[in-house]
Amino acid sequence: MKFAKWAIALVVAAGMTATAQAEPLKAAWVYVGPVSDHGYSFQHDQGRKAAEAAFGDKLQTTFVESVPEGADAERVINQLAKDGNKLIFSTSFGFMNPTLKVAQRFPDVKFEHATGYKRADNVSTYSSRFYEARAVLGTIAGKMTKSGTIGYVASIPIPEVVSGINAFTIALRKVRPDAQVKVIYVNSWYDPGKEAAAAKALIDQGADVIAQHTDSPAPVQTAEERGVWCFGQSSDMTRFGPKHHLTGVIENWNEYTVAEVKAVLDGSWKSHDTWGGLASGMVKLAPFNPAMPKDVVEAADKVRDDIIAGKLNPFAGPIKDQSGKEILAAGKNFSDGEILGMNFYVEGVQGNLPK
Amino acid sequence: MIETVAILVSMVLAATPLLFAALGELVTEKSGVLNLGVEGMMLAGAVTGFAVAASGYGPWAAVLAAALAGAALSSIFALLTLLLLANQVATGLALTMFGIGLSALVGKPFLGMPLEALPALPIPLLSDIPLLGPLLFRYDGMVYLAVALTIALHLFFRHTRAGLVIRAVGENHDAAHALGFPVRRIRFSCVLFGGAMAGLGGAYLSLAYTPMWAQNMTAGRGWIALALVVFATWKPLRVLAGALLFGGFTMAQLHAQGLGIAVPPEFLAMLPYLATVLVLVLISRDATRIRLNAPACIGKLFHPDD
Repeated sequence: MKFAKWAIALVVAAGMTATAQAEPLKAAWVYVGPVSDHGYSFQHDQGRKAAEAAFGDKLQTTFVESVPEGADAERVINQLAKDGNKLIFSTSFGFMNPTLKVAQRFPDVKFEHATGYKRADNVSTYSSRFYEARAVLGTIAGKMTKSGTIGYVASIPIPEVVSGINAFTIALRKVRPDAQVKVIYVNSWYDPGKEAAAAKALIDQGADVIAQHTDSPAPVQTAEERGVWCFGQSSDMTRFGPKHHLTGVIENWNEYTVAEVKAVLDGSWKSHDTWGGLASGMVKLAPFNPAMPKDVVEAADKVRDDIIAGKLNPFAGPIKDQSGKEILAAGKNFSDGEILGMNFYVEGVQGNLPK
Repeated sequence: MIETVAILVSMVLAATPLLFAALGELVTEKSGVLNLGVEGMMLAGAVTGFAVAASGYGPWAAVLAAALAGAALSSIFALLTLLLLANQVATGLALTMFGIGLSALVGKPFLGMPLEALPALPIPLLSDIPLLGPLLFRYDGMVYLAVALTIALHLFFRHTRAGLVIRAVGENHDAAHALGFPVRRIRFSCVLFGGAMAGLGGAYLSLAYTPMWAQNMTAGRGWIALALVVFATWKPLRVLAGALLFGGFTMAQLHAQGLGIAVPPEFLAMLPYLATVLVLVLISRDATRIRLNAPACIGKLFHPDD
């Protein structure tokens, strides 16, 4: 009897290993928001869909959405690893430590963490040079503004947001040297009510172009209602401001995701860090508003093409700080490390950076 | 001057959802019931209003549906606390959490959808008065409705028998019961009214203020509305003043940042709450004044057989 049990177990086990070889690669995605948010998580899910389309039955994907950053995230990632997923994308900054903890427990599972900076042998990181696209927006804003005052609805004063404001302002003042950028932080990534109120306050203070680094379309809606120009964020927000949405920063993870899945499939995957910009296609611009004059489109296209060709660095010297003191000499560029840790405003940004 | 008017208008708009929710809670509390589920009921109203409007039934059907949704959610609370005598604080908190989850589930298909904002209804002639016109007479219908309800409730509690009965039930349910008033039925209708008003407050956010649906889009306004009722010492006109003040603080904090004023925005963001604490301290110094204002039976369970 005992022998029979063992025999059956052995046969079953052998059968499982045999099928395991023919089984598809199991990959999982963890999102901080709902996939239907038409913003940050939506764009990441587009990457998952692109991978599914590219590899067909060689790949089997699952995802978990609206995962809070913190202890819950660790449980979710752990469960996904336990369920036999061999590649896990954790797509929010706050999943960084949970991802690393789980990665330690599952050394044969590969992890891809978006926007973080901690890596391990089985954890890669990836993010985008959003500031490159913001330099294009700054150029457009400089051409479109009449009052010379630009309103910027910002989320939280972290280097990613600050470097975006600076790249925007530097490009803006190349076109319109006397222009000023007013920044309001709403202390949240997603609070439509407060984002709308901030946009209103900026417009009431004379801004005639509104830029945003928050995720909801509320600033675009407000700008449309008040009849001022605006830029969207994360995904194409044209439908929220058909008349006044100029363009926007779009995140695109599709090609990167496909490449990483391919690397795991053919066994060439290695832990690495990717920080792609306009040239890699990880950052894109939303379609330009047809109302944009021809010379503005040309100026914007030139900045974009020059950045892609490597002829233009959005953070090329000379750069002055808010007091007018030169902090970067002509002919020099800020290093990646300096951009990733940026904690000051350049000349042309009004107000103090909250510390 | 034009800018000042625009700033004041944005204050009024920020105050409107608070005004709806706080007036509803005021009526609920006047009848002696404390419903902490305002946030959840607002979200139910916000998502229902948006869903109905986005499905093409028109803005006013959406407003009505939002009120019904808020009332429906509050009826759960009423059943649990008035009939089954569950603890009001715990039930109210549970209602908020339930509302957050339920609205997120129902709202899923409506995420990322654009919607035409509630149309402005400028009042003919009056809206053409310089300065005063744009300041007072160019809002959408819900803003007028909120102000009209404030005045109506003020008169209701002051001058009508029904208002007096609600106050009696809230002050001393045993005495009201002994006098033959149907305490539970009166409280039930007050809770339903509070739910409907919270639903309207939520709908104002999803239909007019930022015409879209986003998970948890009330972002704590239900809790501000609760604080507002205490701040206003249970008086409708003071709720209006308080809502404008809270709306003003919201806008002032953002304007200060835009102007580069060195006051930390976090400090300005906490001012409304600080003001509530201050008012609580001030009214608590005088025991008679509290007795005059706060409904004496608030939060207490009523059992008709006791």
